[in-house]
Amino acid sequence: MSGAVQADVPTTFAEPPPLTRKPRRIERLAEFALRVVALTSIAAIVLILVFVAREALPVLTSEIVQREVSPRMMVAPITQADGSSDFVWQPVSDVPKYNIVPLVLGSLKVTLIALLIAGPFSIAAAVYVSEFARRRQREIIKPVIELLAGIPSVVIGFFALIVLASWVQQTFGTEHRLNALVAGIGLSLAVCPLIFTVSEDALRAVPDSYRAAALALGSDRFQVITRIVLPAAMPGILASFVLGFGRAIGETMIVVLASGNAALVSSSIGLSTRTITATIAQELGEVVVGSPHYHVLFALGALLFLSTFVLNFMGERVIHGLRRKLGMA
Amino acid sequence: MNGTTLELRRGPSAHAPELILKGTTAAATAIILLMLAVILIDIIIGGTKVLSWEFVSAAPTEGMTKGGIFPAIFGTVAMTLLMTVAAVPAGVATAVFLTEYAPARSKLARVIRVCIANLAGVPSIVFGLFGLGFFISTIGSAIDRGLYDGRLVYGKPSLIWASLTLAILTLPVVVVATEEALRAVPRELRDASLALGATKLQTVTRVVMPEALGGVLTGSILAISRGAGEVAPIMFTGAAYFLPFLPSHLNDQFMNLSYHVYVLATQSPDVDRTKPLLYGTVLVLLLLTFLLNLIAVLIRAKTRARLRAEA
Repeated sequence: MSGAVQADVPTTFAEPPPLTRKPRRIERLAEFALRVVALTSIAAIVLILVFVAREALPVLTSEIVQREVSPRMMVAPITQADGSSDFVWQPVSDVPKYNIVPLVLGSLKVTLIALLIAGPFSIAAAVYVSEFARRRQREIIKPVIELLAGIPSVVIGFFALIVLASWVQQTFGTEHRLNALVAGIGLSLAVCPLIFTVSEDALRAVPDSYRAAALALGSDRFQVITRIVLPAAMPGILASFVLGFGRAIGETMIVVLASGNAALVSSSIGLSTRTITATIAQELGEVVVGSPHYHVLFALGALLFLSTFVLNFMGERVIHGLRRKLGMA
Repeated sequence: MNGTTLELRRGPSAHAPELILKGTTAAATAIILLMLAVILIDIIIGGTKVLSWEFVSAAPTEGMTKGGIFPAIFGTVAMTLLMTVAAVPAGVATAVFLTEYAPARSKLARVIRVCIANLAGVPSIVFGLFGLGFFISTIGSAIDRGLYDGRLVYGKPSLIWASLTLAILTLPVVVVATEEALRAVPRELRDASLALGATKLQTVTRVVMPEALGGVLTGSILAISRGAGEVAPIMFTGAAYFLPFLPSHLNDQFMNLSYHVYVLATQSPDVDRTKPLLYGTVLVLLLLTFLLNLIAVLIRAKTRARLRAEA
């Protein structure tokens, strides 16, 4: 109901009677200025796309760049002298190798670890806060978990580097001290508040009439939660994962500090890993502007931008759709 | 009576799953809160050992293994101030346009909202690439060509470019918080103001905005806190590893707390010797961002409570 009321404000009430008074010039000027400033966000998105793409495109178009690297070389395995083929990211060597497969796999590996850890905990916490916690409890727990989101990622990365890494190595006996698992756990701390908040919103958006009806029909609360509330909120929970995925794959400082940054292709989570974001962060400062390496790093940035853009777009759409569906019910 | 029938239906066996669910979800919540506590306690214990007046007021010495972090604090404050000056007015104006001026089913408003949601999701490292490609290589270079005969003045990493990059990054934070606050202003206030003959602009500036000031404040604080903690967007656009002087011009490079943490943690030849300094820097950074966040969360909780009370 509140949504409908709020949507009606400008059309029904906010317009001054047009017959009696013409809007003064300053009024129109103010509205115009606000409209122009509001366009900033559209401009920002467009400019980001254009300027990252502009520096990335030479990978596809420039002959000078293509002498050193082609899109095919960025994904196809490189055949070594001994006949074996391998994916190698080695931009600073006599024959630079720009194979992005190890980086993409590294990013995916770390992100999946983060989601596998953060997902269950965050959703369980969301269920607890929305279904079990008393009001007082909820009003404390929610802001505190939101505070976790306020910790700068470089601080979480630092914590992972100094404390978590030693703990992981002692507990699991990992081969490298800094590895995909450490980075994944660090990332899970950053993703957890996001998944929690979005899931909790989705759970709370399920109308109480659903719960009351199920209870009235004789279900117990376990059944209400697992068969009524969770299924109804499922799109929102899935969306929280999609958003969490986008957040995790774009996170930079935690993985730079905690992953060890060796571009290995391996399924082991105990080995050092290099992600797309960490590669850009560590290498862009040292490349010659306009060199093939520079353009490849921008191409990685463009890839990152496009994938998070699609993920966020999907996530937001699902949340929006869910809100409307449950709002109408 | 209702209660008794429910009790009967539940029985002891039906009760167990609920208790197990409650127990496990409570445990998960506790573990998340515990992790937060562990991080904070570790940093507070490690950081307070080195925190002193000298630490926050002196410059680093002896290859960053001794001395303080004053230049980094100064740089962070200067950067966030510039960022706020750019981001807050733009963010507030956007929010006012969206809630007060845009028609209910405006296509433009929808596009703007989608852009803001997506802007909030752009990875911070991409902002760094963007700042380099747009502000430094394009705008900065154009200024140099046009005003300085091609001398390198603005076409390089600078305080202003890092701040503007962060301003774009934090814009969604300001917009979302302000919009929330504007929506919490009761419609009756607007109606009353308009009915008394006030124009729309007068209503917005003198009735709605004062009511929504808390939200504007929340948004600004959250933006500052977010901006102060970012590293990736500024590492190519203005932050410096070490500078013997404080930034005094918009085109100077600057030291920064978050970047200082990154540098000390990755580029120092001897991490064990820099570790105490690292802890101290992290604690100062955390105090700054965390206190700001705490304030914002408290203001926001109040706004939300009012919103709920009026709904």
